[in-house]
Amino acid sequence: MSFFPKDRVEFILKDRDKESSIIKKRIYIAAFIIIVLFIGLISRLFFLAVIQNEHYTTLSKTNRQKILPIAPIRGMIYSREGIILAENKPMYSLQVIPEKITDVDQLIIDLREIIHIDDKDIERFKFLSNKKRRFERISIKENLNEIEVALFSVNRHRFSSVDVVESFFRHYPLGKSLAHSIGYVARIDEDDLNSISKSGLNSNYIATTHIGKVGIEKSYESYLHGKVGYQKVEVNAEGRVIRVLEKTNPQPGKNLYLSIDLSLQDIAIKSLGDRKGAIVAMDPRNGDVLALVSSPSYDPNEFSSGIDTSIYKLLLSSENKPLVNRALQGKYPPGSTIKPFLGLIALDNEVVALQEEVWCPGWFSLEGHEHRYRDWKKEGHGHTNLNKAIVESCDVFFYQLAYQLGIDQIHKSLSTFGFGASSGVDITGEKSGLLPSREWKKKKNKGAWFPGETLIIGIGQGYSLTTPVQLAAATSVIANKGKLYKPKLVSGISSQGEQGVIVLPNNIQSKIELKNSAYWEEITNSMRSVVHSTSGTAWKSGLNAEYTFAGKTGTAQIIGIDQESEYKEEEIPDDLKDHALFIAFAPVEQPEIAVAIIVENGGGGSKTAAPIARKMFDNYFLNKSISKNE
Amino acid sequence: MSEHAFSNKVHIDFILILLIFSLCLFGLVILYSASGQNIDLVYSQAVKLLIALLCMILVAQIPPANLNRLSFLLYFSGVILLVFVIFFGDIGKGAQRWLDLKILRFQPSELMKIAVPILLSSYLSERFLPPKFIRIILSCIFIVIPVILIAKQPDLGTALLVAVAGFSVIFIAGISWRFLLYMAIIFSSCIPIFWHFMRDYQKQRVLTFLDPESDPLGAGYHIIQSKIAIGSGGFTGKGWLNGTQSHLEFLPERSTDFIFAVLCEEFGMLGVILLLLIYLLIIIRGLYISYKAQDAFRQLLAAGITLTFFVYIIVNMGMVAGQLPVVGVPLPLVSFGGTSIVTLMIGFGILMSIHTHKRFLKR
Repeated sequence: MSFFPKDRVEFILKDRDKESSIIKKRIYIAAFIIIVLFIGLISRLFFLAVIQNEHYTTLSKTNRQKILPIAPIRGMIYSREGIILAENKPMYSLQVIPEKITDVDQLIIDLREIIHIDDKDIERFKFLSNKKRRFERISIKENLNEIEVALFSVNRHRFSSVDVVESFFRHYPLGKSLAHSIGYVARIDEDDLNSISKSGLNSNYIATTHIGKVGIEKSYESYLHGKVGYQKVEVNAEGRVIRVLEKTNPQPGKNLYLSIDLSLQDIAIKSLGDRKGAIVAMDPRNGDVLALVSSPSYDPNEFSSGIDTSIYKLLLSSENKPLVNRALQGKYPPGSTIKPFLGLIALDNEVVALQEEVWCPGWFSLEGHEHRYRDWKKEGHGHTNLNKAIVESCDVFFYQLAYQLGIDQIHKSLSTFGFGASSGVDITGEKSGLLPSREWKKKKNKGAWFPGETLIIGIGQGYSLTTPVQLAAATSVIANKGKLYKPKLVSGISSQGEQGVIVLPNNIQSKIELKNSAYWEEITNSMRSVVHSTSGTAWKSGLNAEYTFAGKTGTAQIIGIDQESEYKEEEIPDDLKDHALFIAFAPVEQPEIAVAIIVENGGGGSKTAAPIARKMFDNYFLNKSISKNE
Repeated sequence: MSEHAFSNKVHIDFILILLIFSLCLFGLVILYSASGQNIDLVYSQAVKLLIALLCMILVAQIPPANLNRLSFLLYFSGVILLVFVIFFGDIGKGAQRWLDLKILRFQPSELMKIAVPILLSSYLSERFLPPKFIRIILSCIFIVIPVILIAKQPDLGTALLVAVAGFSVIFIAGISWRFLLYMAIIFSSCIPIFWHFMRDYQKQRVLTFLDPESDPLGAGYHIIQSKIAIGSGGFTGKGWLNGTQSHLEFLPERSTDFIFAVLCEEFGMLGVILLLLIYLLIIIRGLYISYKAQDAFRQLLAAGITLTFFVYIIVNMGMVAGQLPVVGVPLPLVSFGGTSIVTLMIGFGILMSIHTHKRFLKR
């Protein structure tokens, strides 16, 4: 092996003796350094062990003091009315320090004589004892009842290595109904440990067993957790605590207040029933989330108390995917709910004038192409202007409009409403949906962009996908005339033992300025007619309302229908039926609430989704008038 | 003479193996007490030591010339594995992969403790010693690449030992004192840069070392407790199995990185001197093998391995005695577990190979 072949001559002439003497000299020097360092080390040890021996012997004899960490109490979560949504309940568990045990199997047999311990508990205990350091406590059984605690106390003298320890577990009184907002805490696992040590929080989490896994519990973990405390204790020869000498109390985590309106949340869940879907209600004035529903849901208490693996697997594999937060992660074609937005964009770009009419024969074709893009109304809408096109949801008008706008303009303008990007809601795990563009298609290797693809984007089909929370935020933009807020569930934070709640500020992401701000009114009026005029697609939902509201129905196809055949609802299996959508806000004059509703396989938006909005609005305004009258 | 011939035939250095045996036995005795008289743990350690001894004997059969030839291949496959680990480590998050990762994480970095001194010995011995400037610079690059990769894992202890293994070869090769001085100056001026790139917990360790009281639950606690263990052991110690610091659980990690404190507490200065004597004899034997070796490659390699072994000892003991920051370096052949046992034994195997494969020089 050679690095510089040209030096080969030198190599042959190498003077071995001279070289060897250099190395030997160095070996002497190394030996000298080694001996000096060894002497240094020995003198240091001699200093500690012999000269300071008395000092350290006293320390060692009085070293009955131990420092034990105390886990902080996790912050509570309240509703805006002060109702508890997440709390900490006391729990007793049987804990063991692995290092103290000589025979694990014997210990388990002995313990089982007095207390029932599952095989699963044992399995988990053995798994943890391999993972944790040997001097750290590991629980062998959790959730002891009073009888078990008493039984163990009587027999305690037999188990020098076992202790009953009081701790807290997280309880969610409302269970399923807020699972997708609040999320849950669960035992810290390998991944959590890694991220904790990466952020240098090892000491702070040393006594903590549970951590926020999803939802608000996760995204507000740093607020909820608090700061670890210590106590200096005196122990006896067996290492048991005799008394506490000194204590630094842990700082409890901060309490959170949610903007969720529980009664609205409840009515939303009830009206969705056992259908799959999602509902997001927002206050368009500040971005506060008033309701967030994803159905089906799950019980977060199962997770916080240590979920059974079989239940977890069942939840994971369930066809209805209860663990998926549809409100944030469900990606749906917006269907006709995209039309008001496109209408605004077209007005603002002067692609269409207010009274300009298009002839709708029930289908649309691109010049020089055979393919007929069909309207949902077979016989057509006849002469149609923008207002009528929104009220009756005319597809042909919007094919034409999308074609004239072109994909580049559509992409640019729709993104100002927040489509195609995360809404920035304060829960982790949000999906960004999809707002297609030429670049996107090229990047995905799907080829060049076809004009036909622009057409179907005009009716919210094709590649476009949106999440319910995005749709709610975008609807709020129309309601508040241009302000795109980051949706926010946590409205306030308070510290334990301190008065007052710190109100979190609203986050405006961007503001849309139209060339003529009257366009907002125009679109809002059309949306009002959707529910309040007899020709509107959701007229039934607007009947006899004590307030006015504005909305837009949508129906998202999930299967393609042949050119010649017809969509017959009764012939299509349930899981391939269209998704029903509805966006709305109320009251029209000064909007206080905006909603986006998606019912999976619900059929038409006017039939299944719009009545839900009506129920929610009724409840919201009824409650308001009650509280006013009081 | 016949004994010498036999030793050369089976390629085992009997003085060295005797010393290693006594070290291992002494280690097991300490471990029994440190582990809280856990005989299963002692058995498992004994099995590991036996497997490692086997590796040592196998490696001793390989002639040094073969190592010289394979040096580049060994080094480069090690570096590629290290890169692979970094790449793989980013994906590997689930528990399943973590096990795979665990095996891989230890292997390549441990391999570098051997591969780096072999490569440098081979590279530097090609030409006249002392090495020329350009060769020293290239050697430094050969060292720095794996060191950075290992420090990124992050495994500071191993990175340090790999660096030591490389630089001790350069030192023995006769690098000039002036150059050493320059390197020291450059290194110390780089400290602020290192500080900038250190992880939070690594910074914390250094800060804790400077002020142990600042982190009473973490590394500071270790140092406070191990000092009490050493100090209260006195000259004769508290007796085997009678250490209060270790048995009342004041001393953390007492069967692994802090096992030296258990020795100090239970066997006192006498035990320490005995252990240090065995270590010193092994080191002297290693240096003797280097001194007597027949060519520059063998000399450099033998010295590099011996000096690395020494640094293991001084860093671990210095850490336990509160003289050095807490880095994860085990007490060689005494601390429980760790893949380092195998690497250390392979190192001794190479020493034996160097001493027992004679080359007949043509004059």
